[in-house]
Amino acid sequence: MKSKEEIWSILETIPDPEIQVISIVELGIARDVQIEGDKVVVCITPTYSGCPAMDAITHDIREKFAEEGIKNTEIKMIYSPVWTTDWIGEEAKKKLKAYGIAPPDKTSTDKSLITGKKKIIPCPRCGSDKTILVSQFGSTACKALYKCEECLEPFDYFKCH
Amino acid sequence: MKNTSEHLFEYCLRLGDTPLILGQRLAEWCGHGPILEEDIAMTNISLDCIGQARAFLTYAGEIEGKDRTEDDLAYFRNEREFRNLLITEQPNEDFAQTMLRQFLISAFHKHFYSELMRSADKTLSALAEKSLKEVNYHFRHSSEWLKRFGNGTEESRTRLMNAMDNLWRYTGDMFDMDETDKHLVECKIAADLDKIKTLWNKSVEEVFSEAGIDMPKDVFMMSGSRKGKHTEHLGHILAEMQSLARSFPGASW
Repeated sequence: MKSKEEIWSILETIPDPEIQVISIVELGIARDVQIEGDKVVVCITPTYSGCPAMDAITHDIREKFAEEGIKNTEIKMIYSPVWTTDWIGEEAKKKLKAYGIAPPDKTSTDKSLITGKKKIIPCPRCGSDKTILVSQFGSTACKALYKCEECLEPFDYFKCH
Repeated sequence: MKNTSEHLFEYCLRLGDTPLILGQRLAEWCGHGPILEEDIAMTNISLDCIGQARAFLTYAGEIEGKDRTEDDLAYFRNEREFRNLLITEQPNEDFAQTMLRQFLISAFHKHFYSELMRSADKTLSALAEKSLKEVNYHFRHSSEWLKRFGNGTEESRTRLMNAMDNLWRYTGDMFDMDETDKHLVECKIAADLDKIKTLWNKSVEEVFSEAGIDMPKDVFMMSGSRKGKHTEHLGHILAEMQSLARSFPGASW
């Protein structure tokens, strides 16, 4: 039987199906691991309620565990505590940026709603601050669509949530 | 007399059916949005709604205790068993009507979920917190469009006002309280809709004033969602939404 630490290491090798450069652990989707006899229970939480990747993630966990010889797996969907982008660590944010997705700010530092000032999202490609919001709703539920007015490239911004 | 658990089942159906039907309506825009970004926005909002519906209906099934899944509840109940708010089943018509419907319901959900977060029922409180984060985006998005329609061209303003004539009469239904609401408010499980109505009015007035439009005069308010009495539109939505599951029960892919 594998230890909790070993289970976490396996989970760390499973990429998010839509953003392949970070793992489901780095994204904060895998929340908890419990070992009950010969059964491994993994608790996962969705980024957004309707995230269509949850089924794929469940499938990926089962498949990876089977490869590792873990036969009895239970995957529980939990909703509390509510997922937040604050769970994405600095290392993962760097990976997102290198991949071309502007990483989220800390939710606590997002004062744009209170101050009414527009939030500046630097372009992940050229670093320019001259960017504009094209749409609050991007290629996936968790991202917004921006455009850089310096290098003229469109890019995804991982919404602060 | 219903007991608390029966009231809670009824309440969860309402919480699930409202986003389910709204999500289904919004999905009709897929591939038909006025611009690409709006097509994506409306289907994103639809996806949030369907996700919320799934969670609330799954919980409804657990409360009922008859092994009914979210799919059983979505696909194998008839029109009179649906508890969605009447406004959600109203047709998309043009983009102005879709956005006004979205605004009126998002303003409601914004305050409703904020209140439901304080529910004594831990599952409802967690789902409300999750849903609120998403609804805030929907509220902001639809508010911006209302301001553009109101302050835009004669055409955009006319379309917005026509939509108002069609939809305003369904807003009263959002705040109807029956014995289920009253019982669960007493148990500190449900949100008190009288309180939500005051907050909703304030939010709506604020955005309407920025859009340069007046609050509509008092009209006769339609009601009936609490008892499953719907407008003629719901049957058509269900026919489309349920046909596959009913023709091929247990189908999977």
